[in-house]
Amino acid sequence: MKIGVLALQGDFAAHGRMLSQLGCPWTEIRRADQLGEVDGLILPGGESSTMLKFLCEENLLEPLQEFGKSGKPMFGTCAGAILLAQDVTGPAQASLGVLDIAVQRNGYGRQLDSLVTETDCPALGPEPLELVFIRAPIINRVGPGVDILLEHRDHPVWVRQGNIMAATFHPEMTEDTRMHRKFVEMVETSQD
Amino acid sequence: MTETPLKLKTGLAEMLKGGVIMDVVDAHQARLAEEAGAAAVMALERVPSDIRRDGGVARMSSPKMIREIMEAVSIPVMAKVRIGHFVEAQILEELGVDYIDESEVLTPADHANHINKHAFKVPFVCGCTNLGEALRRIGEGAAMIRTKGEAGTGDIVEAVRHLREVTREIRILSVLGDEELMAEAKRLQAPFEIVRWVAKNGKLPVPNFAAGGVATPADAALCMQLGAEAVFVGSGIFKSEDPAARARAIVKAVTHFNNPKALLEASESLGEAMRGIDATKLPEAALLAGRGW
Repeated sequence: MKIGVLALQGDFAAHGRMLSQLGCPWTEIRRADQLGEVDGLILPGGESSTMLKFLCEENLLEPLQEFGKSGKPMFGTCAGAILLAQDVTGPAQASLGVLDIAVQRNGYGRQLDSLVTETDCPALGPEPLELVFIRAPIINRVGPGVDILLEHRDHPVWVRQGNIMAATFHPEMTEDTRMHRKFVEMVETSQD
Repeated sequence: MTETPLKLKTGLAEMLKGGVIMDVVDAHQARLAEEAGAAAVMALERVPSDIRRDGGVARMSSPKMIREIMEAVSIPVMAKVRIGHFVEAQILEELGVDYIDESEVLTPADHANHINKHAFKVPFVCGCTNLGEALRRIGEGAAMIRTKGEAGTGDIVEAVRHLREVTREIRILSVLGDEELMAEAKRLQAPFEIVRWVAKNGKLPVPNFAAGGVATPADAALCMQLGAEAVFVGSGIFKSEDPAARARAIVKAVTHFNNPKALLEASESLGEAMRGIDATKLPEAALLAGRGW
Protein backbone atom coordinates (compact mmCIF):
# COMPACT_ATOMS: atom_id res chain seq x y z
CA MET A 1 0.00 0.00 0.00
CA LYS A 2 1.34 3.42 -0.96
CA ILE A 3 -0.13 6.90 -0.65
CA GLY A 4 0.58 9.71 -3.10
CA VAL A 5 0.94 13.36 -2.14
CA LEU A 6 0.18 15.83 -4.93
CA ALA A 7 3.42 17.85 -5.11
CA LEU A 8 2.68 20.60 -7.64
CA GLN A 9 3.00 23.34 -5.01
CA GLY A 10 2.35 23.85 -1.31
CA ASP A 11 3.09 22.00 1.95
CA PHE A 12 3.28 18.52 0.44
CA ALA A 13 6.47 17.75 2.40
CA ALA A 14 4.60 18.31 5.68
CA HIS A 15 2.01 15.69 4.69
CA GLY A 16 4.85 13.33 3.76
CA ARG A 17 6.35 13.85 7.21
CA MET A 18 3.04 12.80 8.84
CA LEU A 19 2.83 9.66 6.68
CA SER A 20 6.47 8.78 7.46
CA GLN A 21 5.72 9.13 11.18
CA LEU A 22 2.90 6.62 10.72
CA GLY A 23 5.25 4.26 8.89
CA CYS A 24 3.16 4.57 5.73
CA PRO A 25 5.00 4.44 2.36
CA TRP A 26 4.34 7.55 0.26
CA THR A 27 5.53 9.26 -2.90
CA GLU A 28 5.28 12.72 -4.50
CA ILE A 29 2.90 12.95 -7.48
CA ARG A 30 3.54 15.54 -10.19
CA ARG A 31 2.28 13.78 -13.34
CA ALA A 32 -0.84 11.83 -14.28
CA ASP A 33 1.16 8.72 -15.22
CA GLN A 34 2.33 8.43 -11.58
CA LEU A 35 -1.22 8.00 -10.22
CA GLY A 36 -1.23 4.29 -11.05
CA GLU A 37 1.48 3.71 -8.42
CA VAL A 38 -0.67 4.83 -5.47
CA ASP A 39 -3.77 3.64 -3.60
CA GLY A 40 -4.81 6.97 -2.09
CA LEU A 41 -3.98 10.63 -2.66
CA ILE A 42 -3.46 13.66 -0.42
CA LEU A 43 -4.03 17.12 -1.91
CA PRO A 44 -1.98 19.49 0.28
CA GLY A 45 -2.35 23.08 1.40
CA GLY A 46 -0.88 25.82 -0.76
CA GLU A 47 -2.30 28.19 -3.34
CA SER A 48 -5.29 26.51 -5.01
CA SER A 49 -5.08 28.84 -8.04
CA THR A 50 -1.45 27.78 -8.65
CA MET A 51 -2.25 24.07 -8.31
CA LEU A 52 -5.33 24.41 -10.53
CA LYS A 53 -3.12 25.96 -13.21
CA PHE A 54 -1.07 22.76 -13.33
CA LEU A 55 -4.16 20.52 -13.21
CA CYS A 56 -5.56 22.25 -16.30
CA GLU A 57 -2.38 22.76 -18.33
CA GLU A 58 -0.82 19.38 -17.68
CA ASN A 59 -4.03 17.37 -18.17
CA LEU A 60 -4.39 16.19 -14.58
CA LEU A 61 -8.04 17.16 -14.02
CA GLU A 62 -9.64 14.11 -15.62
CA PRO A 63 -7.17 11.52 -14.27
CA LEU A 64 -7.73 12.89 -10.75
CA GLN A 65 -11.52 12.81 -11.17
CA GLU A 66 -11.24 9.20 -12.39
CA PHE A 67 -9.03 8.39 -9.40
CA GLY A 68 -11.72 9.62 -7.00
CA LYS A 69 -14.61 8.00 -8.87
CA SER A 70 -12.80 4.63 -8.89
CA GLY A 71 -13.20 4.60 -5.10
CA LYS A 72 -9.58 5.34 -4.23
CA PRO A 73 -9.53 7.63 -1.16
CA MET A 74 -8.57 11.30 -1.45
CA PHE A 75 -7.86 13.75 1.39
CA GLY A 76 -7.57 17.49 0.78
CA THR A 77 -6.49 20.14 3.32
CA CYS A 78 -7.22 23.85 2.77
CA ALA A 79 -6.27 24.41 -0.89
CA GLY A 80 -6.71 20.64 -1.36
CA ALA A 81 -10.28 20.92 -0.05
CA ILE A 82 -10.92 23.74 -2.55
CA LEU A 83 -9.71 21.52 -5.40
CA LEU A 84 -12.00 18.64 -4.33
CA ALA A 85 -15.14 20.81 -3.88
CA GLN A 86 -18.14 20.90 -6.19
CA ASP A 87 -18.45 24.70 -6.13
CA VAL A 88 -15.80 27.36 -5.46
CA THR A 89 -16.35 31.09 -4.93
CA GLY A 90 -14.29 34.10 -3.87
CA PRO A 91 -13.49 34.27 -6.81
CA ALA A 92 -15.09 31.37 -8.69
CA GLN A 93 -12.69 28.83 -10.15
CA ALA A 94 -12.79 25.33 -11.64
CA SER A 95 -12.35 22.27 -9.41
CA LEU A 96 -12.44 18.47 -9.46
CA GLY A 97 -16.03 18.46 -8.16
CA VAL A 98 -15.72 15.06 -6.47
CA LEU A 99 -16.96 16.26 -3.05
CA ASP A 100 -20.45 17.76 -2.78
CA ILE A 101 -19.61 20.95 -0.88
CA ALA A 102 -19.37 24.64 -1.75
CA VAL A 103 -16.36 26.58 -0.47
CA GLN A 104 -15.50 30.25 -0.33
CA ARG A 105 -11.77 30.91 -0.78
CA ASN A 106 -10.04 32.99 1.94
CA GLY A 107 -13.39 32.88 3.75
CA TYR A 108 -11.96 34.15 7.04
CA GLY A 109 -9.97 36.98 5.43
CA ARG A 110 -6.26 37.61 4.98
CA GLN A 111 -3.17 36.34 6.85
CA LEU A 112 -3.91 38.64 9.82
CA ASP A 113 -7.16 36.67 10.28
CA SER A 114 -5.35 33.31 10.30
CA LEU A 115 -5.51 31.52 13.65
CA VAL A 116 -4.34 28.58 15.72
CA THR A 117 -6.88 27.17 18.18
CA GLU A 118 -7.86 23.97 19.97
CA THR A 119 -11.17 22.12 20.05
CA ASP A 120 -12.77 18.89 21.20
CA CYS A 121 -13.11 16.37 18.38
CA PRO A 122 -15.18 13.34 19.41
CA ALA A 123 -14.54 11.70 16.01
CA LEU A 124 -10.87 11.31 17.05
CA GLY A 125 -11.24 10.52 20.76
CA PRO A 126 -10.92 12.42 24.03
CA GLU A 127 -7.71 14.39 23.28
CA PRO A 128 -8.36 17.91 21.94
CA LEU A 129 -7.39 18.68 18.34
CA GLU A 130 -5.19 21.62 17.34
CA LEU A 131 -6.65 23.57 14.41
CA VAL A 132 -4.32 25.68 12.22
CA PHE A 133 -6.26 27.92 9.84
CA ILE A 134 -4.14 29.84 7.30
CA ARG A 135 -6.04 32.08 4.89
CA ALA A 136 -8.53 29.24 5.14
CA PRO A 137 -11.64 28.64 3.01
CA ILE A 138 -15.12 28.40 4.54
CA ILE A 139 -17.44 25.52 3.69
CA ASN A 140 -20.82 27.21 3.21
CA ARG A 141 -22.85 24.30 1.80
CA VAL A 142 -22.67 20.53 2.27
CA GLY A 143 -24.62 18.10 0.11
CA PRO A 144 -26.96 15.40 1.52
CA GLY A 145 -24.37 12.61 1.26
CA VAL A 146 -21.68 14.51 3.15
CA ASP A 147 -20.87 13.73 6.81
CA ILE A 148 -19.67 16.64 8.95
CA LEU A 149 -16.89 15.28 11.19
CA LEU A 150 -16.08 18.60 12.88
CA GLU A 151 -17.56 22.10 13.08
CA HIS A 152 -15.86 25.25 14.27
CA ARG A 153 -17.45 28.69 14.63
CA ASP A 154 -20.69 27.41 13.06
CA HIS A 155 -19.01 26.14 9.89
CA PRO A 156 -18.09 22.57 8.92
CA VAL A 157 -14.28 22.34 8.90
CA TRP A 158 -13.79 18.59 8.41
CA VAL A 159 -16.11 16.59 6.12
CA ARG A 160 -16.28 13.23 4.40
CA GLN A 161 -18.34 11.82 1.55
CA GLY A 162 -17.61 8.16 0.87
CA ASN A 163 -13.88 7.91 0.19
CA ILE A 164 -13.34 11.65 -0.22
CA MET A 165 -12.33 13.63 2.89
CA ALA A 166 -11.50 17.31 3.28
CA ALA A 167 -10.46 19.74 6.03
CA THR A 168 -10.23 23.52 5.82
CA PHE A 169 -7.39 23.54 8.40
CA HIS A 170 -3.90 22.01 8.42
CA PRO A 171 -3.43 18.86 10.55
CA GLU A 172 -0.07 18.50 8.77
CA MET A 173 1.15 21.67 10.51
CA THR A 174 0.79 20.00 13.94
CA GLU A 175 2.39 17.01 15.70
CA ASP A 176 -0.98 15.20 15.87
CA THR A 177 -1.14 12.31 13.36
CA ARG A 178 -4.68 11.12 14.18
CA MET A 179 -6.37 12.56 11.08
CA HIS A 180 -3.68 11.12 8.82
CA ARG A 181 -4.03 7.78 10.61
CA LYS A 182 -7.75 7.89 9.82
CA PHE A 183 -6.95 8.50 6.15
CA VAL A 184 -4.42 5.66 6.07
CA GLU A 185 -7.15 3.40 7.52
CA MET A 186 -9.54 4.58 4.79
CA VAL A 187 -6.97 3.58 2.16
CA GLU A 188 -6.39 0.19 3.83
CA THR A 189 -10.15 -0.46 4.01
CA SER A 190 -10.63 0.52 0.36
CA GLN A 191 -8.26 -2.28 -0.65
CA ASP A 192 -10.22 -5.05 1.12
CA MET B 1 -1.17 41.39 23.66
CA THR B 2 0.15 37.84 23.42
CA GLU B 3 2.76 37.11 20.79
CA THR B 4 1.50 35.55 17.55
CA PRO B 5 2.57 31.86 17.43
CA LEU B 6 5.52 31.28 15.09
CA LYS B 7 3.55 28.38 13.59
CA LEU B 8 0.94 30.79 12.30
CA LYS B 9 3.62 33.00 10.74
CA THR B 10 5.70 30.21 9.19
CA GLY B 11 2.45 28.47 8.19
CA LEU B 12 1.80 30.83 5.31
CA ALA B 13 5.41 30.37 4.12
CA GLU B 14 4.81 26.59 4.24
CA MET B 15 1.87 27.14 1.86
CA LEU B 16 4.12 29.03 -0.58
CA LYS B 17 6.65 26.20 -0.86
CA GLY B 18 7.28 24.91 -4.34
CA GLY B 19 5.92 28.19 -5.66
CA VAL B 20 7.06 31.46 -7.22
CA ILE B 21 6.62 34.90 -5.63
CA MET B 22 6.69 37.60 -8.30
CA ASP B 23 7.50 41.33 -8.02
CA VAL B 24 4.68 43.42 -9.51
CA VAL B 25 4.25 47.19 -9.77
CA ASP B 26 0.51 47.48 -10.51
CA ALA B 27 -2.80 45.58 -10.56
CA HIS B 28 -2.36 44.62 -14.21
CA GLN B 29 0.98 42.90 -13.55
CA ALA B 30 -0.45 41.30 -10.40
CA ARG B 31 -3.30 39.72 -12.38
CA LEU B 32 -0.85 38.54 -15.04
CA ALA B 33 1.31 36.95 -12.30
CA GLU B 34 -1.72 35.24 -10.73
CA GLU B 35 -2.86 33.92 -14.11
CA ALA B 36 0.63 32.55 -14.72
CA GLY B 37 0.42 30.55 -11.47
CA ALA B 38 2.33 32.74 -9.00
CA ALA B 39 1.84 31.55 -5.40
CA ALA B 40 2.08 35.17 -4.16
CA VAL B 41 3.05 38.62 -5.37
CA MET B 42 5.39 41.26 -3.96
CA ALA B 43 3.86 44.71 -4.44
CA LEU B 44 6.41 47.47 -5.04
CA GLU B 45 6.62 50.73 -6.97
CA ARG B 46 9.85 49.98 -8.78
CA VAL B 47 11.44 46.57 -9.41
CA PRO B 48 15.05 46.28 -8.16
CA SER B 49 16.66 46.90 -11.57
CA ASP B 50 14.82 50.24 -11.80
CA ILE B 51 15.78 51.16 -8.23
CA ARG B 52 19.38 50.40 -9.20
CA ARG B 53 19.10 52.57 -12.33
CA ASP B 54 17.26 55.50 -10.75
CA GLY B 55 19.26 55.80 -7.53
CA GLY B 56 17.94 58.05 -4.78
CA VAL B 57 16.25 56.82 -1.61
CA ALA B 58 14.05 53.75 -2.10
CA ARG B 59 11.19 53.60 0.43
CA MET B 60 8.06 51.58 1.22
CA SER B 61 5.60 51.69 -1.71
CA SER B 62 2.46 53.81 -1.67
CA PRO B 63 -0.32 52.11 0.34
CA LYS B 64 -2.81 53.06 -2.38
CA MET B 65 -0.90 51.09 -4.97
CA ILE B 66 -0.48 48.12 -2.62
CA ARG B 67 -4.21 48.18 -1.80
CA GLU B 68 -5.09 48.14 -5.51
CA ILE B 69 -2.97 45.02 -5.91
CA MET B 70 -4.56 43.39 -2.83
CA GLU B 71 -7.97 44.03 -4.38
CA ALA B 72 -6.92 42.71 -7.79
CA VAL B 73 -5.78 39.19 -6.82
CA SER B 74 -6.82 36.36 -4.50
CA ILE B 75 -3.27 35.11 -3.78
CA PRO B 76 -1.20 36.48 -0.84
CA VAL B 77 0.29 39.97 -1.26
CA MET B 78 3.65 40.90 0.28
CA ALA B 79 5.28 44.32 0.45
CA LYS B 80 8.72 45.67 1.39
CA VAL B 81 9.87 47.94 4.19
CA ARG B 82 13.30 49.49 4.73
CA ILE B 83 15.66 47.63 7.10
CA GLY B 84 14.92 48.86 10.63
CA HIS B 85 11.91 51.00 9.61
CA PHE B 86 9.35 49.58 12.04
CA VAL B 87 6.87 52.39 11.38
CA GLU B 88 6.65 51.47 7.69
CA ALA B 89 5.94 47.94 8.98
CA GLN B 90 3.21 49.22 11.33
CA ILE B 91 1.59 50.92 8.34
CA LEU B 92 1.73 47.79 6.18
CA GLU B 93 0.32 45.67 9.01
CA GLU B 94 -2.55 48.12 9.37
CA LEU B 95 -3.09 47.91 5.60
CA GLY B 96 -3.37 44.11 5.98
CA VAL B 97 -0.62 42.79 3.72
CA ASP B 98 0.02 39.07 4.17
CA TYR B 99 3.83 39.19 4.54
CA ILE B 100 6.39 41.96 5.02
CA ASP B 101 9.85 41.80 3.43
CA GLU B 102 12.39 43.76 5.49
CA SER B 103 14.47 44.28 2.41
CA GLU B 104 18.00 45.36 1.50
CA VAL B 105 16.58 46.38 -1.90
CA LEU B 106 15.20 49.52 -0.23
CA THR B 107 17.52 52.09 1.35
CA PRO B 108 18.21 51.07 5.00
CA ALA B 109 16.62 53.22 7.71
CA ASP B 110 18.80 52.00 10.61
CA HIS B 111 22.51 51.27 10.41
CA ALA B 112 22.61 49.03 13.50
CA ASN B 113 19.23 47.44 14.15
CA HIS B 114 16.68 45.43 12.25
CA ILE B 115 12.99 45.48 13.17
CA ASN B 116 11.88 43.53 16.26
CA LYS B 117 9.59 41.28 14.29
CA HIS B 118 8.22 39.52 17.38
CA ALA B 119 6.21 42.69 18.04
CA PHE B 120 4.07 42.16 14.92
CA LYS B 121 1.18 39.85 14.07
CA VAL B 122 2.02 39.94 10.35
CA PRO B 123 4.88 37.58 9.41
CA PHE B 124 8.23 38.85 8.06
CA VAL B 125 10.73 37.54 5.53
CA CYS B 126 14.35 38.72 5.67
CA GLY B 127 17.35 38.27 3.40
CA CYS B 128 20.65 36.62 4.34
CA THR B 129 24.06 35.99 2.84
CA ASN B 130 25.15 33.33 5.35
CA LEU B 131 23.88 31.25 8.28
CA GLY B 132 24.81 33.72 11.02
CA GLU B 133 22.79 36.45 9.34
CA ALA B 134 19.84 34.07 8.82
CA LEU B 135 19.84 33.04 12.50
CA ARG B 136 20.08 36.65 13.73
CA ARG B 137 16.99 37.49 11.65
CA ILE B 138 15.17 34.42 12.99
CA GLY B 139 16.15 35.51 16.51
CA GLU B 140 14.45 38.85 15.78
CA GLY B 141 11.30 36.99 14.73
CA ALA B 142 11.58 36.45 10.95
CA ALA B 143 9.24 33.62 9.86
CA MET B 144 10.88 33.07 6.47
CA ILE B 145 14.45 33.47 5.24
CA ARG B 146 15.49 34.14 1.67
CA THR B 147 18.90 34.59 0.12
CA LYS B 148 19.76 38.16 -0.76
CA GLY B 149 21.44 37.27 -4.01
CA GLU B 150 22.17 40.51 -5.87
CA ALA B 151 18.75 41.95 -6.71
CA GLY B 152 18.10 43.66 -10.04
CA THR B 153 21.11 42.15 -11.83
CA GLY B 154 19.58 39.08 -13.49
CA ASP B 155 22.83 37.37 -12.39
CA ILE B 156 22.25 34.23 -10.29
CA VAL B 157 25.83 33.97 -9.01
CA GLU B 158 25.25 35.69 -5.65
CA ALA B 159 22.06 33.75 -4.83
CA VAL B 160 24.02 30.55 -5.50
CA ARG B 161 26.83 31.76 -3.23
CA HIS B 162 24.37 32.53 -0.40
CA LEU B 163 22.42 29.27 -0.77
CA ARG B 164 25.60 27.21 -0.77
CA GLU B 165 27.01 29.14 2.17
CA VAL B 166 23.91 28.58 4.33
CA THR B 167 23.79 24.87 3.39
CA ARG B 168 27.53 24.41 4.04
CA GLU B 169 27.33 26.04 7.47
CA ILE B 170 24.27 23.97 8.44
CA ARG B 171 26.20 20.82 7.48
CA ILE B 172 29.12 21.89 9.67
CA LEU B 173 26.79 22.51 12.62
CA SER B 174 25.19 19.10 12.23
CA VAL B 175 28.50 17.26 12.80
CA LEU B 176 29.82 19.38 15.70
CA GLY B 177 29.73 18.04 19.26
CA ASP B 178 27.53 19.73 21.88
CA GLU B 179 30.57 21.28 23.57
CA GLU B 180 31.62 22.95 20.30
CA LEU B 181 28.31 24.73 19.67
CA MET B 182 28.92 27.79 21.85
CA ALA B 183 32.18 28.57 20.05
CA GLU B 184 30.41 28.10 16.73
CA ALA B 185 27.55 30.38 17.85
CA LYS B 186 30.21 32.98 18.71
CA ARG B 187 31.83 32.58 15.30
CA LEU B 188 28.46 32.83 13.52
CA GLN B 189 27.37 35.74 15.79
CA ALA B 190 24.05 33.94 16.14
CA PRO B 191 21.73 33.17 19.08
CA PHE B 192 22.92 30.02 20.88
CA GLU B 193 19.51 28.36 21.28
CA ILE B 194 18.77 28.66 17.56
CA VAL B 195 22.27 27.37 16.73
CA ARG B 196 21.51 24.33 18.89
CA TRP B 197 18.18 23.79 17.16
CA VAL B 198 19.80 23.91 13.71
CA ALA B 199 22.59 21.56 14.81
CA LYS B 200 20.01 19.04 16.03
CA ASN B 201 17.60 19.29 13.09
CA GLY B 202 19.99 19.92 10.19
CA LYS B 203 17.85 22.70 8.70
CA LEU B 204 16.58 26.21 9.41
CA PRO B 205 13.62 26.44 11.80
CA VAL B 206 11.72 28.51 9.19
CA PRO B 207 11.25 28.04 5.43
CA ASN B 208 14.29 28.87 3.30
CA PHE B 209 13.58 30.54 -0.06
CA ALA B 210 15.83 31.90 -2.85
CA ALA B 211 15.88 35.44 -4.23
CA GLY B 212 18.10 37.87 -6.08
CA GLY B 213 19.09 37.50 -9.72
CA VAL B 214 16.66 34.83 -10.96
CA ALA B 215 16.07 35.49 -14.69
CA THR B 216 15.37 32.13 -16.33
CA PRO B 217 13.51 28.85 -15.61
CA ALA B 218 16.95 27.23 -15.31
CA ASP B 219 18.01 29.78 -12.66
CA ALA B 220 14.88 29.01 -10.64
CA ALA B 221 15.39 25.23 -10.89
CA LEU B 222 19.06 25.67 -9.94
CA CYS B 223 18.02 27.36 -6.70
CA MET B 224 15.52 24.56 -5.98
CA GLN B 225 18.11 21.84 -6.65
CA LEU B 226 20.47 23.67 -4.28
CA GLY B 227 17.86 23.33 -1.53
CA ALA B 228 15.66 26.43 -1.76
CA GLU B 229 12.01 25.67 -0.96
CA ALA B 230 10.50 28.38 -3.21
CA VAL B 231 11.74 31.21 -5.41
CA PHE B 232 11.25 34.98 -5.53
CA VAL B 233 11.58 36.58 -8.96
CA GLY B 234 12.06 40.33 -9.02
CA SER B 235 13.04 42.10 -12.21
CA GLY B 236 13.48 38.84 -14.13
CA ILE B 237 9.88 38.57 -15.34
CA PHE B 238 8.61 42.05 -16.14
CA LYS B 239 11.98 43.22 -17.55
CA SER B 240 11.97 40.37 -20.09
CA GLU B 241 10.59 40.43 -23.63
CA ASP B 242 7.48 38.29 -22.95
CA PRO B 243 6.59 38.49 -19.23
CA ALA B 244 3.50 36.22 -19.38
CA ALA B 245 5.38 33.37 -21.08
CA ARG B 246 8.40 33.76 -18.80
CA ALA B 247 6.23 33.85 -15.67
CA ARG B 248 4.46 30.61 -16.68
CA ALA B 249 7.78 28.97 -17.56
CA ILE B 250 9.40 29.85 -14.21
CA VAL B 251 6.34 28.53 -12.31
CA LYS B 252 6.62 25.28 -14.25
CA ALA B 253 10.37 25.04 -13.67
CA VAL B 254 9.98 25.38 -9.88
CA THR B 255 7.42 22.55 -9.68
CA HIS B 256 9.37 20.27 -12.02
CA PHE B 257 12.82 21.39 -10.82
CA ASN B 258 14.17 17.84 -10.91
CA ASN B 259 12.79 16.91 -14.33
CA PRO B 260 15.13 17.93 -17.22
CA LYS B 261 12.46 17.13 -19.83
CA ALA B 262 10.01 19.58 -18.23
CA LEU B 263 12.82 22.13 -17.77
CA LEU B 264 13.64 21.91 -21.48
CA GLU B 265 9.98 22.52 -22.34
CA ALA B 266 9.88 25.46 -19.93
CA SER B 267 13.02 26.96 -21.46
CA GLU B 268 11.81 26.99 -25.08
CA SER B 269 10.08 29.87 -26.90
CA LEU B 270 10.56 32.42 -24.15
CA GLY B 271 11.85 35.50 -25.95
CA GLU B 272 14.76 37.48 -24.57
CA ALA B 273 15.60 37.35 -20.86
CA MET B 274 16.32 40.62 -19.04
CA ARG B 275 19.63 42.03 -20.20
CA GLY B 276 21.29 41.80 -16.79
CA ILE B 277 24.46 43.06 -15.14
CA ASP B 278 27.48 40.92 -14.22
CA ALA B 279 27.23 41.11 -10.41
CA THR B 280 30.95 40.50 -9.94
CA LYS B 281 31.71 43.69 -11.94
CA LEU B 282 29.59 45.94 -9.70
CA PRO B 283 31.50 48.39 -7.50
CA GLU B 284 31.27 47.76 -3.74
CA ALA B 285 28.95 50.75 -3.22
CA ALA B 286 26.42 49.39 -5.74
CA LEU B 287 26.03 46.04 -3.98
CA LEU B 288 22.72 45.62 -2.14
CA ALA B 289 23.62 42.35 -0.37
CA GLY B 290 25.98 44.17 2.00
CA ARG B 291 23.05 46.06 3.55
CA GLY B 292 21.80 44.56 6.81
CA TRP B 293 23.80 43.52 9.86
